[in-house]
Amino acid sequence: MIRKSIQSRRARETRLKIYGITSICFALIMLATLLISIGLNGYSALQQAYFKVDISVNMDKLVDDSGTINKNKMNLFNWDGLVKSALREFFPEVKERNEKKELFAIISANAGYDLKEIVKKKALGSGSHTLSVWLHLSDDADQYLKGRLSIDIPEEDRRINNKQIAWVNSLVERDIAKLKFNKTFFTSADSREPESAGILGSVVGSALTLFVTVMFALPLAVMASIYLEYFAKPGRITDFIEVNINNLAAVPSIVFGLLGLSVFLSTFGLPRSAPLVGGLVLGLMTLPTIIIASRASIRSIPPSIREAALGLGASKMQAAMHHVLPLAAPGILTGTIIGMAQALGETAPLLMIGMVAFIIDIPTTFTSSATAMPVQIYMWSDSAERAFYERSSLAILFLVAFLISMNLLAVVLRKKFEKKW
Amino acid sequence: MMSFIKLASCVFLSTIFISNISIAREGDQISIVGSSTVFPFSTIVAERFAKNTDFRAPVIESTGTGGGVKLFCAGIGLEHPDITNASRAIKETEKKDCASNGINPIEYMIGYDGITFSNSKGSEQLSLTKEEIFKAVSAKVMSNGMMVDNNFKTWSDINPSLPTIEIDVLAPPPSSGTRDAFVELVMHDTCKKIYNMSKKDYKASCSALREDGAVTEAGENDNLIIEKLSANKDRFGIFGFSFLDQNKEKVKGSIINGVAPSISTIADGSYEVSRPLYFYIKQEHVGVIPGLQEFGDYFMSLATSESPLEDAGLIPKP
Repeated sequence: MIRKSIQSRRARETRLKIYGITSICFALIMLATLLISIGLNGYSALQQAYFKVDISVNMDKLVDDSGTINKNKMNLFNWDGLVKSALREFFPEVKERNEKKELFAIISANAGYDLKEIVKKKALGSGSHTLSVWLHLSDDADQYLKGRLSIDIPEEDRRINNKQIAWVNSLVERDIAKLKFNKTFFTSADSREPESAGILGSVVGSALTLFVTVMFALPLAVMASIYLEYFAKPGRITDFIEVNINNLAAVPSIVFGLLGLSVFLSTFGLPRSAPLVGGLVLGLMTLPTIIIASRASIRSIPPSIREAALGLGASKMQAAMHHVLPLAAPGILTGTIIGMAQALGETAPLLMIGMVAFIIDIPTTFTSSATAMPVQIYMWSDSAERAFYERSSLAILFLVAFLISMNLLAVVLRKKFEKKW
Repeated sequence: MMSFIKLASCVFLSTIFISNISIAREGDQISIVGSSTVFPFSTIVAERFAKNTDFRAPVIESTGTGGGVKLFCAGIGLEHPDITNASRAIKETEKKDCASNGINPIEYMIGYDGITFSNSKGSEQLSLTKEEIFKAVSAKVMSNGMMVDNNFKTWSDINPSLPTIEIDVLAPPPSSGTRDAFVELVMHDTCKKIYNMSKKDYKASCSALREDGAVTEAGENDNLIIEKLSANKDRFGIFGFSFLDQNKEKVKGSIINGVAPSISTIADGSYEVSRPLYFYIKQEHVGVIPGLQEFGDYFMSLATSESPLEDAGLIPKP
């Protein structure tokens, strides 16, 4: 009788264990599938198709009398024409207007501007110079070289026709077109041409935003939790505050965006699309998370430490600042980093305050227009151009890597500074 | 009681603190809001504008036409946008709203966008009438002079010459300008011209899409609709012509009232499901925001045939 019941209890135990293992396996498999599928879509964006042209520039046409580069002359100069005529030298048989248009479609629409920037950076002296430069091929040629455009379907349905394929292949055979590391992706901001688009603008935007978030949320949260733990008298008001903080942590993030729109933008007249406002909104959003983590961390410090300090004549303030806070710091830090990771991945609140926008300039101050990394991913995934698909996947990988390293940092910091009693 | 006073003073002090910092937008940057349909064209113009001139690149948000006009008409000053894009003309009520804040919007028509009723490349291209599309997607249909719940299950129920496949349509969400235009150009048009209904009647009974599973609302992401169409050959999707043009190896547009969607048929008006696209400049900001008028002129200079905007799917004025 007893043996039987023990047997069935053991069996139940084994079943529970199996359920647990299955669910962990399921979660791991899902995560792996997600990462692998994104990785397979995104890895090819690490490379970009370039072509090499030799271009001669006469600097005398571009400088003032004093010898410095004249901005106006630079802007008016026909850089596009220069690149196009250099390209046509490879294919002298192309003469007809329509054919020329098709030929120029295999190089980036930004090739001329890119050349201008290269010349600007080189700061060449006066006289004629011959430069050998690598410029972007168009996104369609790039996708073809990566094998992402199928060429089995009828020509008229393709983004790239047979002639263009032949031209691209001929450039590759002559070794003046190839896939190279896609530096542009890491050094430039958004663009409408996939080959010129990069994530730097949104990374800087996210960094500026998170800086404001930390500076705003962390001190407030720490002060609030010290007050609630040590100074507030237990009573209705304290209970009310506590309930509200817990509720606030569960409020959908878009609500904070609406709050930001009506308070920061409409009432205080702060600028739209600015990291300052984004940071404040995300700060409000993460505030409850950090408060809850900080309170838990402060509460876990043995009361004897504080009581000893008080007993030796320290004031409440000294006990909190000198003894409790340093010991609670690892826990507070972990809470903060997790809150920051949450804020880094948010787009919904940013939508209302204008940070979901197309911005070409890399932001420099807290009030210049900026966007954030998840926003960039969202905007690329919504673009019609096929080449943005792999770029958004790569940006996702970048964001995930960033989040994982933030969480790792939280774990490491906790392990390092944790004290055991 | 003490703690309540503390709390109140705390809130009060922080309010004063924040309201003292008043920082406006950097005044040399144009701010653009509005339609998600015009957004891709607007961004192309902005990028070229910044690269060809010494003006800074405008900041462009895709807020939808209605949201954009609301922000645009909210007031004059650096905290309000300078331009709004629109996939329909500004309404009379919106004009009044603008005028009450002293704003005079200047209208620029940049061209047309067609709305397509598309399916996967591998399936049969259908030739439909607006009425047949209406019967497939509307919540209520006409039966013996009465509007009744839509019970059509397959396309052949609507017209025996159409294939016997289940009606399965992906439609854009109500917040989208494409949805507004589809409802107006296909559904209202059918009720008005074929069923001779009054404006009040067709607005009341010909605006809703069916909710019995035959029509699914997709998100604002048109790429997702195209993925779903490739996955299911019997499914149809409603989206703008520019997306069809970019994905012509995956999807194709149905013939509507005898005309297939293409740049030429939309430009000459023979493809009936098309709408004009606009942007509006705030006259009061011209001369205050550097490059505002220049941007408008530059946009119009690119809104022609043989331009990068046409390559992106805009149909310029003929």
